[in-house]
Amino acid sequence: MIHLNPKYIPLLATAAVLIAVFGTGSFLYPNFGTPRVIVNLLGDGAFVGVAAVGESFVILSGGIDLSVGSMVAFVGILIARLLQAGFDPFLAMGVALGIGTAAGAIMGCLIYFFEMPPFLVTLAGLFCLRGLGFLIHPESIGIDHPFYAEFLPQLSILVAPKAVLPFTAICFLASVIAGTFVAGFTRFGRYVYAIGSSESSARLMGVPIGRTKITTYALAGFFSACGGVVSTFYMQSGNPASFVGLELDAIAAVVIGGTLLTGGVGYIPGTLMGILILGLIQTIITFNGTLNSWWTKIVIGALLLIFIVLQRLISRHATQPA
Amino acid sequence: MINWVSDLLFWLFFGAILYSLRHQRIFWTVGALGLLMLFNQFFTPGFFHVQLLDGHFYGSRIDVLNQGAKVMLLSLGMVLVIATGGVDLSVGAVMAISAAVSSRLLVTEHQPAGIAIAAALLISVVAGAWNGLLVAGFGIQPIIATLVLMVAGRGVAQLVTEGQIINFLDPTMVYLGNGHLFALPFTVTLVLVMLILTLFLVRRTALGLFIESVGDNYEASRYSGINAMQVKFLVYTFSGFCAGLAGLVACSNIKSADANNIGLYLELDAILAVVVGGTSLVGGRFYLVGAVVGALFIQALTTTLYARNVSSDVSPVPKALVIIAVCLFESDVFRARMAPLFRPLGRIFKPLGSRLPRKLVTALRHDSPEP
Repeated sequence: MIHLNPKYIPLLATAAVLIAVFGTGSFLYPNFGTPRVIVNLLGDGAFVGVAAVGESFVILSGGIDLSVGSMVAFVGILIARLLQAGFDPFLAMGVALGIGTAAGAIMGCLIYFFEMPPFLVTLAGLFCLRGLGFLIHPESIGIDHPFYAEFLPQLSILVAPKAVLPFTAICFLASVIAGTFVAGFTRFGRYVYAIGSSESSARLMGVPIGRTKITTYALAGFFSACGGVVSTFYMQSGNPASFVGLELDAIAAVVIGGTLLTGGVGYIPGTLMGILILGLIQTIITFNGTLNSWWTKIVIGALLLIFIVLQRLISRHATQPA
Repeated sequence: MINWVSDLLFWLFFGAILYSLRHQRIFWTVGALGLLMLFNQFFTPGFFHVQLLDGHFYGSRIDVLNQGAKVMLLSLGMVLVIATGGVDLSVGAVMAISAAVSSRLLVTEHQPAGIAIAAALLISVVAGAWNGLLVAGFGIQPIIATLVLMVAGRGVAQLVTEGQIINFLDPTMVYLGNGHLFALPFTVTLVLVMLILTLFLVRRTALGLFIESVGDNYEASRYSGINAMQVKFLVYTFSGFCAGLAGLVACSNIKSADANNIGLYLELDAILAVVVGGTSLVGGRFYLVGAVVGALFIQALTTTLYARNVSSDVSPVPKALVIIAVCLFESDVFRARMAPLFRPLGRIFKPLGSRLPRKLVTALRHDSPEP
């Protein structure tokens, strides 16, 4: 029998659920198992996915970031407003990413220096960014800049007949690869896992807690802002009232992706699978046509529950002496 | 003229309350509320105007009491949950379920209001017990355990209403959120009754002590013979009940059940109210009245912003700044860092205090022993 490292069990469980959900869909509906559906899954889930990569880092470090949805909406309206004012698209994106990263860093500083609970600080961030979005412009702004209308569509790739991988999906895959690299192959990534497993042990080992924590929240802010940029590609507009509750989808994707909410255990590719599972559930319900959209929430809630209980069993198993 | 006198009476009354609380933790919460009211007294015209119409009082201050009822009810349950070191994120979704169940029974199933209300409260208690089961029984982190119901709960509520917004006109249900009792909105009485009941439960029995000890140290309380699991289970169940009541008030306010929007983000307001009320998120010591005053403070802040024509979309910004400020003052590290800044002030005020006639000082601090 193959010896299975228990740390991979949640990830394998996620993969099994992904295959099972996809298999069910393909079995039930003739056109489900086509490359086109997969490509659409990646494209439609892109902005949540990019933000969820940042959320994964925060959760790996043992914290939580509730400001994701507001950040995506804020960056969306900021870019739309800057483009309306005649800014260069790259400059606008640069400004937005800079502000997003700075906002994340400020939250990280409050959490580290004043030992405030991440839950409350990012909750304040949620309110603050949502309000600031409305201060920039109270209504939706469409983007008709030539860069968006003409240049971006050329960046999509034809992966299979009738299946075009949109640029948003490419951004999503790129950020998953970048996130996997940072989490798994850099010193910073090691530090994040160490703090998430046990902050006091990490401190005793000489891990720079403050620098790592602040960088983690700044990184989450950066990825959320990237999600906002991708959302402008996807929606071709910015709306301060949109993406309410997006942080819950991001957190759900991370948890379903096998990352332990207590921190220290999990993999970024799991988050990719989590996003795909959420998208597949949505797609199955759309294909069915008679089921209502609220079933999505119930199924996601049930999946969350299954994974949380599974994680609980595994961590209990792991802590027991062999 | 009459307004002037009534304002003066209000402030004398308020000042007396504040003075009587000067040694207690909720002094700061009540004081913050007082500062906000003082600001409105001078800078928001019409905020203190109260008139009697058809034997009912109307005015901004009455609005604060009426509109704040939902968060006050939620904060009663939330403060106990937070005292055990947990948090209940699902209260907004439970409100939606309670509203959906009651209006479905009323309108679609043609049941009497009493049955509808009882069923809604029962379902809310079951929802709370479900959270309690996950947290106490399975030992899952409270944030995550209640996240499940927060996500799925709204789906369940929509399932109950079949995605429709159900309107109702049943007089009993409408009375709950719009009726008047003793010239004040009925919700005020409801909140007061619930507050007194809860106070009685936790301060006149050992339950409050148990809750604080479980929040302080779960293992130690278990070893000293407290059924810690049961205590945790109970507080989540109670929080579910409070959320159910708040949901009934919320749908009665607008005479309809909208599963998508009832209670949206109210869990955050409730947590905020508890924190503003002086209870630490770490658990342990809790301040029940403080949480209710905290809820009033948040509602007063919201009403002030509306009265000053700040758009409801932008109003989250000041709210966020208040959260940060309150949490900063709660943080020991921040107070320790700020202490050197305030030391010069102390150097000015202390000699001034010592120059006051001794008799006056001792008269003010009647609890300090005579020299």
